[in-house]
Amino acid sequence: MSEWVIACGMDDIDDEDVIRFDHAGQSFAIYRKDNMYFATDGLCTHEKVHLCDGLVMDYTIECPKHNGRFDYRTGAAKGAPVCIDLKTYPVKVENGQVMINLG
Amino acid sequence: MAIHSAAQVPTPKPSRDYSLTGPLNRQAVMTGLANAEWYKTDIPRARMKELMKRSDGPATRDTLVWLGLLVSTAAGGVWFWPAAWSIPFFIVYGLLYASASDSRWHECGHGTAFKTSWKNDAVYHIASFMVMRNPVVWKWSHSRHHTDTIVVGRDPEIVAMRPPDLARLILNMFGILDFPIALWQTIRYSLGILTAEEQDFIPETERHKVFLPARIWTLIYAITICACISMQSILPAMIIGLPRMYGIWHAVLCGLTQHVGLAEDVLDHRQNCRTVYMNPFSRFIYWNMNYHVEHHMFPMVPYHALAELHREMLSDCPKPYSGFVDAYREILPTIIRQLEDPLYFVHRKLPETAKPFKPAPTLPA
Repeated sequence: MSEWVIACGMDDIDDEDVIRFDHAGQSFAIYRKDNMYFATDGLCTHEKVHLCDGLVMDYTIECPKHNGRFDYRTGAAKGAPVCIDLKTYPVKVENGQVMINLG
Repeated sequence: MAIHSAAQVPTPKPSRDYSLTGPLNRQAVMTGLANAEWYKTDIPRARMKELMKRSDGPATRDTLVWLGLLVSTAAGGVWFWPAAWSIPFFIVYGLLYASASDSRWHECGHGTAFKTSWKNDAVYHIASFMVMRNPVVWKWSHSRHHTDTIVVGRDPEIVAMRPPDLARLILNMFGILDFPIALWQTIRYSLGILTAEEQDFIPETERHKVFLPARIWTLIYAITICACISMQSILPAMIIGLPRMYGIWHAVLCGLTQHVGLAEDVLDHRQNCRTVYMNPFSRFIYWNMNYHVEHHMFPMVPYHALAELHREMLSDCPKPYSGFVDAYREILPTIIRQLEDPLYFVHRKLPETAKPFKPAPTLPA
């Protein structure tokens, strides 16, 4: 079942950057790269640090606390100290809004 | 039988259980001290992105200088051995081998020194060997140190527990205790043995990675010992192994300024870290870790951007120490006082421009 929610406007995120989106008590991270948008869980799977304060390098998000890195397109953990993949969410853009599917 | 009044009976000094398997670990988890959200100075996102940006330039330059000096001082030491002229070469070699590798291990462990991953990994493994810290065990240990900085029962890297072990601190200026312990740990890891404390901070899925580097290191040390025996000389050990003792003093001198004597069990790095201004030589050896409040608050800022970060945070932080003398004027009397009064610690003062300290959670009454 689809549950599309508006996360932010297209221009709310700089290119090669990330912002935080909170919804229904859950935190998400929304990424923009070359006008493509991606969404993952907002907290690092290692120590629950908000990824929105981390550094985006190409298609990698680096946790701001311990250097844990994920490919935010797939959620794949890229080595210690992260061992558990990040959950990803489908994203679409409609009428200038970035929407993620939480269904 | 002598009868003492209450005033005469010596009261036991309060001491805390710093083990990672004791009750204070569970207490820290229960109160929310463990894995908590720490105070952070407000810095605009765009500026933080500039500061966190990775670059290969500074670390490549520094690494070439470091490795070049290591090779040339080792060559000088060997050339003049056993004459007294070899001593200055080995003093510098030891400093570069042990103290400089301590900071290279640290920065490359954070993955921030270089932009290119393989360069970080290569220097991390070389430096880990030289400073004798298993690259896997210490990766996880340091990760916990950043999650739970100086939280008793959680942080495996508390150097001076209260009351401080003064003899240990002094002896480790020359690795007299640390070196044999590190050697034993290497052998233990090579046999596939981890302690309960190590298992507390290394996830089960990662533990098998500890053993291969330990086995390679054991082989290197065995070859070095064999070379010493066959040459009837300690010269091979002067190049591999012993520098961890005779060259570590600078890392200890800098390292003790980081947290010793400051608050335990807080959630604000301005209370439990020191920023100390240092000369350019020490900053090269120590790779700018003298900006320690800054490093702990924003660990993903590379060492070469820490001075800039320091300027951004200055108005929100306690006054930095003007140098080693200034820092040790506080540290030494604090350590001595803590021998008698383990509850004593240094309270940092914030400037008027700073936001107040973040309160730490306490046990419910």
